[in-house]
Amino acid sequence: MNLRRDVFQAIADPTRRAILLLVASQSMTAGAIASNFDSARPTVSKHLQILTECELLEQEQDGREIYYHFNPKKMKEVAEFIEPFRKMWDDRFNKLEAVMKKYKTKKGERDGTKNKH
Amino acid sequence: MERKTNINAEVGKQELVITREFDLPVELLFRAYVEPDIVEQWMGTKVLKLENRPHGSYQFETSHDGNVVFRANGVIHEFVPDQKITRTFEMENSPFPVQLEFLEFEKGPEDTSKLNMHIVFRSGDYRDQLLKLPFAQGINMAHNRLQEAASKLR
Repeated sequence: MNLRRDVFQAIADPTRRAILLLVASQSMTAGAIASNFDSARPTVSKHLQILTECELLEQEQDGREIYYHFNPKKMKEVAEFIEPFRKMWDDRFNKLEAVMKKYKTKKGERDGTKNKH
Repeated sequence: MERKTNINAEVGKQELVITREFDLPVELLFRAYVEPDIVEQWMGTKVLKLENRPHGSYQFETSHDGNVVFRANGVIHEFVPDQKITRTFEMENSPFPVQLEFLEFEKGPEDTSKLNMHIVFRSGDYRDQLLKLPFAQGINMAHNRLQEAASKLR
């Protein structure tokens, strides 16, 4: 039985990230991917299996060869994970900017047009 | 709309960088971090203590319906007006270990400024968990709304 793979777990490994970078530029066979690494072929196969299970890579049969290609949609999900965190800070900073703009005006009133409010 | 706040969180690292450009002079941006009543306005939290000096400490608290839902504290290590604040940040009663924050305030062209917030975590895993926090809360909120809507149907 396979455990469901976590995308974050998959991209936490440096070899798997290198594989993704490699395959992102062009589809490749397992053999061609393995030739780029010093790791043993079964190790690379294991990485490919993990990346395929979490759908970061997709397999495509072409004649006798299986080509791996990159799935950008899945990678976008990873970026979207961070988006709520970014949004939280963006909202805070927007508020900071709005609050401080009031102080900017007040300061101007004090310095420039002292007698008006 | 223009995306002003950027998060740089490289995969596998135990740090992240938040950058933001402000349409404010750097003095005003810095002031937003120094005066407790201003911090309260934009952070949406109560400031119990804020000692702006090296070895000073701070404590924030947020309540909801009379219950304390969030409390955080830290120690200030460096405090250079209009330039930088180095501090620790720790959420109380949470599994997250203390984190180290380097805040750099930069003067920009005309009356603009830039904030660079570099946060170092105990591990990459803790960083990723923290990144997922607002996402998880969003799901909970959506779930609660769904439950509320569902209970009205009954």
